[in-house]
Amino acid sequence: MTLPAHMHPSRSFQGLILTLHNYWADYGCVVLQPYDMEVGAGTFHPATTLRALGPKPWRAAYVQPSRRPKDGRYGENPNRLQHYYQYQVILKPNPPDLQELYLGSLAAIGIDPLTHDIRFVEDDWESPTLGAWGLGWECWCDGMEVSQFTYFQQVCGIECAPVAGELTYGLERLAMYVQGVDNVYDLNFNGREGAEKVSYGDVFLQAEQEYSRHNFEHADTAVLLRHFDDAEAECQALLKAGAGENFHRMVFPAYDQCIKASHVFNLLDARGVISVTERQSYILRVRDLAKACGVAFLQTEAGGLAA
Amino acid sequence: MPDLLLELRSEEIPARMQRKAAGDLRKMVTDGLVEAGLTYDAAREYFTPRRLTLDVRGLTARSKDVREEKKGPSTKAPEQAIAGFLRSAGLDDISQAHVHSDPKKGDFYVAHIVRPGRAAEEIIAELIPEIIRDFPWPKSMRWGAASAKPGSLRWVRPLQSIVCTFGPETEEPVVVDFEVDGIRAGNVTYGHRFHAPDAIVVRRFEDYAAKLEAAKVVLDADRRKEIILSDARNLAFANGLELVEDEGLLEEVAGLVEWPVVLMGEFEADFLDIPAEVIRLTIRANQKCFAVRPSRPASSAPQDEERQRRHDGPHPEVRAERASKDALSNRFILTANIEASDGGKEIAYGNGKVVRARLSDALYFWKTDQADLPDLDQLNASAEKFGLDWKKPLDQRMARLDHLGVTFHAKLGTQGERVERIARLAEEIAPIVAASTSPLRGGRAEGAGGGNSSSASATVPPPLKGEGDNVAALARRASVLAKADLTTEVVGEFPELQGAMGRKYALLQGEHPSVAAAIEEHWKPLGPTDRVPTDPVSASVALADKLDTLVGFWAIDEKPTGSKDPYALRRAALGVIRIVVENGVRLGLLHQFANALFGLTFNAGSRFSVIWKAEDGGEFTTGVDSAGDLLDYRFIGLHSEKSEPVFERPAADLIPDLLSFFHDRLQVYLRDQGARHDLIDAVLVSGGAGPSSLPSPREERGEGVAGADAPLSPSLREEGKGEGHSANDDLLMIVRRVEALSTFLETEDGKNLLAGTKRAANILAAEEKKKTVIADAVDPALLCEEAEKSLFAAVNQAESQAAQAIQNEDFSAAMRALSALREPVDSFFERVLVNDEDVAIRANRLALLARIRAATGQVADFSKIAG
Repeated sequence: MTLPAHMHPSRSFQGLILTLHNYWADYGCVVLQPYDMEVGAGTFHPATTLRALGPKPWRAAYVQPSRRPKDGRYGENPNRLQHYYQYQVILKPNPPDLQELYLGSLAAIGIDPLTHDIRFVEDDWESPTLGAWGLGWECWCDGMEVSQFTYFQQVCGIECAPVAGELTYGLERLAMYVQGVDNVYDLNFNGREGAEKVSYGDVFLQAEQEYSRHNFEHADTAVLLRHFDDAEAECQALLKAGAGENFHRMVFPAYDQCIKASHVFNLLDARGVISVTERQSYILRVRDLAKACGVAFLQTEAGGLAA
Repeated sequence: MPDLLLELRSEEIPARMQRKAAGDLRKMVTDGLVEAGLTYDAAREYFTPRRLTLDVRGLTARSKDVREEKKGPSTKAPEQAIAGFLRSAGLDDISQAHVHSDPKKGDFYVAHIVRPGRAAEEIIAELIPEIIRDFPWPKSMRWGAASAKPGSLRWVRPLQSIVCTFGPETEEPVVVDFEVDGIRAGNVTYGHRFHAPDAIVVRRFEDYAAKLEAAKVVLDADRRKEIILSDARNLAFANGLELVEDEGLLEEVAGLVEWPVVLMGEFEADFLDIPAEVIRLTIRANQKCFAVRPSRPASSAPQDEERQRRHDGPHPEVRAERASKDALSNRFILTANIEASDGGKEIAYGNGKVVRARLSDALYFWKTDQADLPDLDQLNASAEKFGLDWKKPLDQRMARLDHLGVTFHAKLGTQGERVERIARLAEEIAPIVAASTSPLRGGRAEGAGGGNSSSASATVPPPLKGEGDNVAALARRASVLAKADLTTEVVGEFPELQGAMGRKYALLQGEHPSVAAAIEEHWKPLGPTDRVPTDPVSASVALADKLDTLVGFWAIDEKPTGSKDPYALRRAALGVIRIVVENGVRLGLLHQFANALFGLTFNAGSRFSVIWKAEDGGEFTTGVDSAGDLLDYRFIGLHSEKSEPVFERPAADLIPDLLSFFHDRLQVYLRDQGARHDLIDAVLVSGGAGPSSLPSPREERGEGVAGADAPLSPSLREEGKGEGHSANDDLLMIVRRVEALSTFLETEDGKNLLAGTKRAANILAAEEKKKTVIADAVDPALLCEEAEKSLFAAVNQAESQAAQAIQNEDFSAAMRALSALREPVDSFFERVLVNDEDVAIRANRLALLARIRAATGQVADFSKIAG
């Protein structure tokens, strides 16, 4: 499928997204929409975290808005945002030519590997809150990390069998690269010019300023602390309520609460109210929820439970 | 003879693992081949990010037949035994066995077994898959569909293909056929990922290496390094710049590329306000790029800078950053993996953008660290505890360190608690340090690098001669700020900059230069060659930090054992030794141990505290004057969150033990400096040096203790024994004694006196063994020969002169006084027969010999000296 010129990734942020959608849809991925909750990374989407578990093949691609409250810079830093987009691809089991497939996607968005220096640089990925780890690389384009490439070894504390390959593209960085823009807010969002042009800043600058105020100054820490406890309790309660003899009936709702606890923790962390020792214990509490959800998922049909 | 070519091609192998992995591959393969009975002429390994390659030359084509004899049972043995023998020897019938005779045992069976040699190919096909499966990667992974089942192959990243060919030079090599988890060995490889995507068929190493080179892969990592280094130097030079060389980075970069192409990038000069070290680490750690600096004439520059710094206002160091010899240029050097179609313009531009973004972060960290913390109101209690200045950024960071309750060690409390202890100890030590061979710099220890100010420390704080009180206050202030930079953003990003950043921030907030220097230098020396702090403030805080560490870990009984020293306590002790000796500091160690131990009690009321309990149960609350005060107490560590004590130890167990640990480290230190081992022993055994810094615990505390059998070590007991004998806890005096002794023993007088004293000691030892009567003291009336009379006079004089000299800590003079004994001792042994028939005269002469031993014993135990 060819896109009109104004939707080419070198001119349009949404064109970049559409190009990736086309590429991975063509490969056979289900193209999902973003998960409707606040998460720190695309990995948290149940289409990755939960679907990476169990024996069933799975191929999905989606955009995930990611919230990193601590990375807010009041809209003043040209590279750092507390809300940004990740493009996430998950392939289980990983195909043997995953590196080539990835390079093919870069070619599709217009990155020529004989002009640009593409490199796979060691990066052992670990998410302590998800009890997950994997080996892989940061993928560099001319020294810029544009993607993370991971072979999941463990998720929710459970060995992946088979291993899934995960590709995470940093969409803003990639777009800045292909559009040749130095400031994220200058990205052309819709590919139009003149009066019709909408920039990334038009869409998000005000939000970045407002959320930075919220994340660092105004988020009510007492309320957040309570929300954390509530989400934790709710997750545990749902897991208990959904547990059957050898099967589970309520994993996804329980996992939502795990996601919620994780985001609340990130907000509390940005507010600087979590000490070093407490920090560890919060992370462990979220991990315990994730692990329990993972174990429960294996007792569902999607998790490979024989019907 | 045939050659073996092996290539294991995988997805990108982490740079830091490649060299070792290639070496492991060589060792495992060659060991395996040899073990299987093959020999080879040479083997060499190669590696790139995408392959490990092994080239084995001159391999034997077959392993040799192995013959062995297997002894069996007697020919008269029961059938069952013979059947068992046949089975184990692999024979079909007993007629295949030979019969051997033994005069004692009679006839018995022997099987002559021949194990035929195997073809090398067969051995290789069996060996390599095993090696691949058991390869010692530090971290390995599973992948692909096969990973659905347990036990699938693990490799560092997915293994893509195996090349394995074998054959003599004159013939077409064959592919050794084997398979590992579905990957079949072959003769096909691939070159550069982008420049040469097509398959390459290879035969043996020569054409393999040549074809790879043509396919833009430089197989040899060391050649890649040479290319990068020389191209980088040339590119810098061509731009009027100089490469900041970095071997670790070079090794890493060579592991990231198969076809190195060196390019230069640029960032805005405004970023040069960030300290050079931070810039260098930022582009190194995140971007794997080299920093460059303006090239300059090699001479003259450093002195000019030094002068400039000294006359350049309150924060010379910061202001001089750009002008200093460390200053960088706003360029950097990167290594690409392709020959880009546009000559590398896009690549250099792209890298510049990333470097700029990273430097923006660094600038943000650097600025943030100099701004107020947002949560100041929470830090009140901590600020008050340390007397911190609310308005100053570094003070705020110390308050936060304390407030956060960051653990130093579970049994030794938090960083904040530790800082309190260090501050208290440093304050006490500072006047002692200031009063020593001041100014410390350029003292008697230049040899070991003590006084050299030209190296790491750029700014030399003014000396603080004779400002005891002031030094104490500064030492306290420096201690309080010493760990504050642990909570700064820059140190969070680059932990290796701890200390260095603290110093910069301290200067920026107007601290005394000595305080700023001490924040950096209190971590020093970090080993036998690191610079020793010479400023009295730095030296005091460094000593306090190390003594607190040592005493703390001794208290909780986590001292080094064998090769295990997780808290680097040997290094800490060496640090104390070097600071004391190379600066000429007179520090009574025992007193400071006691001080530091007692310091643990000062954390009372916080999360962690220590109480002292006497054997009779009473608690020790008053101050401490000497180690002796503590020896009869047990101390008990309490953690407020736990009801049980976290540790409990008698002081008498650990104080002497720690001192002897110091003696061991001193021996190592002095031996490294070239001192004779036997001289150190002789001095240590003879007892301490000069007036003790530690009053005898026994005598001071009076009645009731003289006969007590408290578990005091010999060295501590010796404190009270005689004049001039202390507990050997003044390291400087020990060192001076060894030096004086060593010099003395190189003279004729010294050698002869040593011989004479040893002779006297040997005679005495022999007679003591025989229980011969030896008079308690020499009776002048019983002296008859001229030679013994003059020896007696000489001993009296030498002994008292030497004692006086030792009192004055003039060990050379003590040696000179003793050297007067040489002639009288020699003529005594020449002319006088000790073993006189008259028992009284003999006993008197033996007493005279004992006097020689005693006189020299003031300086050292000569019997421990070799020769």
